[in-house]
Amino acid sequence: MGYSGFRVIKEALTGHKGWKPAWRDPEPQSAYDYIIIGGGGHGLATAYYLAKEFGKKRIAVLEKGWLGGGNVGRNTTIIRSNYLLDGNEPFYEYSMKLWEGLEQELNYNAMVSQRGILNLIHTDPQRDAFTRRGNAMILNGADAELLSVEQIKKEYPFLNFNDARFPIKGGLAQRRGGTVRHDAVAWGYARAADRLGVDLIQNCEVTGFRIENGVCKGVETSRGYIGANKVASCVAGSSPRVMSHAGIRLPIETTVMQAFVTEGLKPIMPGVITFGAGHFYCSQSDKGGLVFGGDPDGYNSYAQRGNLPTVEDVCESGMALIPALGRARMLRMWGGVMDMSMDGSPIIDKTEIGGLYFNGGWCYGGFKATPASGMCYAHLLATDTPHKYAAAYRFDRFRRGYVIDEKGMGPSPSLH
Amino acid sequence: MIINHPLLGPRDAQEFTFLGSASLIDRPDWQAEDALEQFSDYTYLRNDTGGENRELWFHEAGDRSWLVVTRNTFTHEITNVEMASDVARARGRSK
Repeated sequence: MGYSGFRVIKEALTGHKGWKPAWRDPEPQSAYDYIIIGGGGHGLATAYYLAKEFGKKRIAVLEKGWLGGGNVGRNTTIIRSNYLLDGNEPFYEYSMKLWEGLEQELNYNAMVSQRGILNLIHTDPQRDAFTRRGNAMILNGADAELLSVEQIKKEYPFLNFNDARFPIKGGLAQRRGGTVRHDAVAWGYARAADRLGVDLIQNCEVTGFRIENGVCKGVETSRGYIGANKVASCVAGSSPRVMSHAGIRLPIETTVMQAFVTEGLKPIMPGVITFGAGHFYCSQSDKGGLVFGGDPDGYNSYAQRGNLPTVEDVCESGMALIPALGRARMLRMWGGVMDMSMDGSPIIDKTEIGGLYFNGGWCYGGFKATPASGMCYAHLLATDTPHKYAAAYRFDRFRRGYVIDEKGMGPSPSLH
Repeated sequence: MIINHPLLGPRDAQEFTFLGSASLIDRPDWQAEDALEQFSDYTYLRNDTGGENRELWFHEAGDRSWLVVTRNTFTHEITNVEMASDVARARGRSK
């Protein structure tokens, strides 16, 4: 049964006895056409679009823990399509368009809030760079707007405009950017995929691949062997571990990234803002907490917790931008482990093993990509050809020299 | 994290910058026939599957020496610290 305002009122009047579990809890079958490893946002979206857009059947999502328990539940919930490079911007703008129709599509309130994102400018060269970026965005069908200091003061009067080192000189705004309730994205896709017959199998860890004559025949799991025509890894954060079972080395290292939230405050922050002089981004959740983050910890890590120097660094950046932040108490902090690719851009591609596909390398920008990642990965799985918006996200771009290095950092994953 | 510098004793990890895998010491031979493949592997491919990791740290705010730090990426526990120059010499690098 669908969700609607009418339904909420009806259930409220009848003691909420009519709600059913949002998805089934099926036992794994012996074989599927498609197995997607990883029940996070990207995996669930892939399963959903595979069933919905490509009409495929016999699809399973295998999740080692619980649905949405990985990075889709551990991010700062920002959506945006403000990239510069040709390989990236069309993909992220496609994702933004999918976000805009997502809730109707899934019949699920994911609290998509296009409250706008503002990248602050602190130097003249940065204004040049952001102007160029804004033009690249507009050329790819996204929206971009260069704001003056006066315009920013109207929306964010509390920023530290006249800081001696980092005065604010303007900003690049994307009004269609914003935030989404991250857990609801996983739940919405899970429910919608389940209704199309996808088996969502939790507590089912993939421990190996059965590969015969260079072709993947299925996966060994903690719940036994499951055969499959096509196996699709979608486990950003654990990609090197999972793919090592197939003997595949990746252009990826794993790093921890921290995020923070303050106690609930009255509304102060209308949209998402990013500091251009350090690395700091902040928005206010609907519960009132200021959600913010900064750089990753900067060394390889699989621990879902970071170290204190990064906490200090992020908070210093925050204080430089928003002096009032010092009066708020930090309520929670958490760390997520991420696939950091060698050029800071993701990979959606076949592997050298037949029937085995790969989606990963999202660095710390995977959340905003969820719908497009799912759609493009489903396209690859269903047709064996890359989706036009993900055509640049291939393994061979590194060897061929076609890296998509948005920050120009070179092959140092922890710096992207 | 505290890095136990072989020359300077325990130092805060904040004094260091991180480069990456210690496999970067083993630079391929640029004159080899398959140098392109070797350098592509060397530059881009990793086997970062968690657990014990040997990595290069630079003591930027200290004596500016390169260290090879053996660290567990699940627990952040550091079990061994060597001078990168010693490691490189032991592996047949001349300088």
